Amino acid sequence: MSSNQETIAGVGLADRPRKSRWPARMDLAQSTTGLVLALFMWGHMFFVSTILISKDAMWAVTKMFEGYFFFGKAYPGIVSLVVATILAILVLHAFLAMRKFPANYRQYREFVAHKNLMHHGDTTLWWWQVLTGFALFFLAAAHLYQMLMHPGDIGPYPSADRVWTGSWWPLYLVMLFAVELHGGIGLYRLCVKWGWLEGKDPAASRAKLKTAKWVLTAFFLALGLLTLGAYMKIGYEHRDRAGEVYTPAWVQPNPMEKAP
Amino acid sequence: MTMNATPRNHRKLRFHILRYNPAKADDTPRVQVYELEEAPGMTLFIALTEIREKLDPSLQFDFVCRAGICGSCGMMINGRPSLACRSVTQSFPEDIWLAPLPVFELIGDLSVNTGKWMRGMSEKLETWVHLQQEKLDFTRIEKPMDPALAEEVYELDRCIECGCCVAGCGTARMREDFVGAVGLNKIARFRLDPRDARTDEDFYELVGDDNGVFGCMSLLGCHDVCPKQLPLQTQIAFLRRKMVAQGTKG
Repeated sequence: MSSNQETIAGVGLADRPRKSRWPARMDLAQSTTGLVLALFMWGHMFFVSTILISKDAMWAVTKMFEGYFFFGKAYPGIVSLVVATILAILVLHAFLAMRKFPANYRQYREFVAHKNLMHHGDTTLWWWQVLTGFALFFLAAAHLYQMLMHPGDIGPYPSADRVWTGSWWPLYLVMLFAVELHGGIGLYRLCVKWGWLEGKDPAASRAKLKTAKWVLTAFFLALGLLTLGAYMKIGYEHRDRAGEVYTPAWVQPNPMEKAP
Repeated sequence: MTMNATPRNHRKLRFHILRYNPAKADDTPRVQVYELEEAPGMTLFIALTEIREKLDPSLQFDFVCRAGICGSCGMMINGRPSLACRSVTQSFPEDIWLAPLPVFELIGDLSVNTGKWMRGMSEKLETWVHLQQEKLDFTRIEKPMDPALAEEVYELDRCIECGCCVAGCGTARMREDFVGAVGLNKIARFRLDPRDARTDEDFYELVGDDNGVFGCMSLLGCHDVCPKQLPLQTQIAFLRRKMVAQGTKG
């Protein structure tokens, strides 16, 4: 068949027969976005868990992110910017990771049969990553949209009121498990995928990474459950005054109130 | 052995074997059970041979070397791909389930055509040394290779193309064009070989897509089932880094 090399189906073929560079870029981008999200998630967990120290500690963290200690005034818009960035990274990560999902019933059936037959840890863990990743499309999207639009509603009382009076705790509870499993498995897989922390004995390193992964997942799940419990308790006790903003006794004037 | 030695209690093994002959028009896949008394040191090769000799001459399976070198006897043993000749029945419970390797063309019962798949992969990935010179001069002595490097090449060359890594791969099960660990290992092997003139740019053309190294999801089934214990995890990770470096260079 003689065909004009310049145009086939309207595609410019200047760099044919070179293979596309996009698979390499997408592979790298999938790992990079996953790494950023997983590390963000760990940082996030530490920040929200400051409620376990005290209301004042959590308040201080919140106000720090709103720039209160730098500008002398709280700008919740900063939080929206961070949320928008995370949302964009999440969308990109979901788009890239979706390429790996079973694309039709045949593939789905093949993989599930394979997983059930093999009884192979890392294969089964991948399936959990698919399920939790799928759940996070919806859970994380709901959470991030709320934070994007109401960045000022973060604080010991506003957060607790959202969790309890706003009935967000069921979503947070399911999302906690989905995110910790997905991120923990993902970080482990990043290590074996790229050969990080391989050391001289890759088999021994892999076993150690696997243990570390479970220890970290257990730690963050425990921390997350305690934190969620703390917000639920505060939210329950504060249910009659829901909507009230928390201000530490030592802060005058209230940074959320307009200056006179 | 003395006459009054106490008779050893050998286990009764039950082999559940997936039977199907695609060449027979009216055949349907079914599981057939064979009972056999276990013998000391019995391998699946010995057991299957005994079944064929004593119980059912129609049972199809492949063996050549009986020593884990030829790669003919790969099959699913209790759900995992492995070489039957190197699998000792003592390491399994009394019920042993055998099925042909998936992905490959089924010849009949436990016999599959791995050769056809391997040849297709080899042609696609050009798994042979691409020499620099146009014509081979057989009178010239070949350039010596550093012994350490030769060892490295040999380590990867130990692959027997049994197909276990392909059958143990979630990606290969879902996507039939995926080249599998066997293919990626071969690219890693020729990449090491100083006689092969190909550069990373050339290798990117062969494995720089989702049928190649970027299709690998790092489930490591290949690494964990490889009967030759090839370092597939490290080799695929290495190849991925090199191909990403090549692909992001522009």
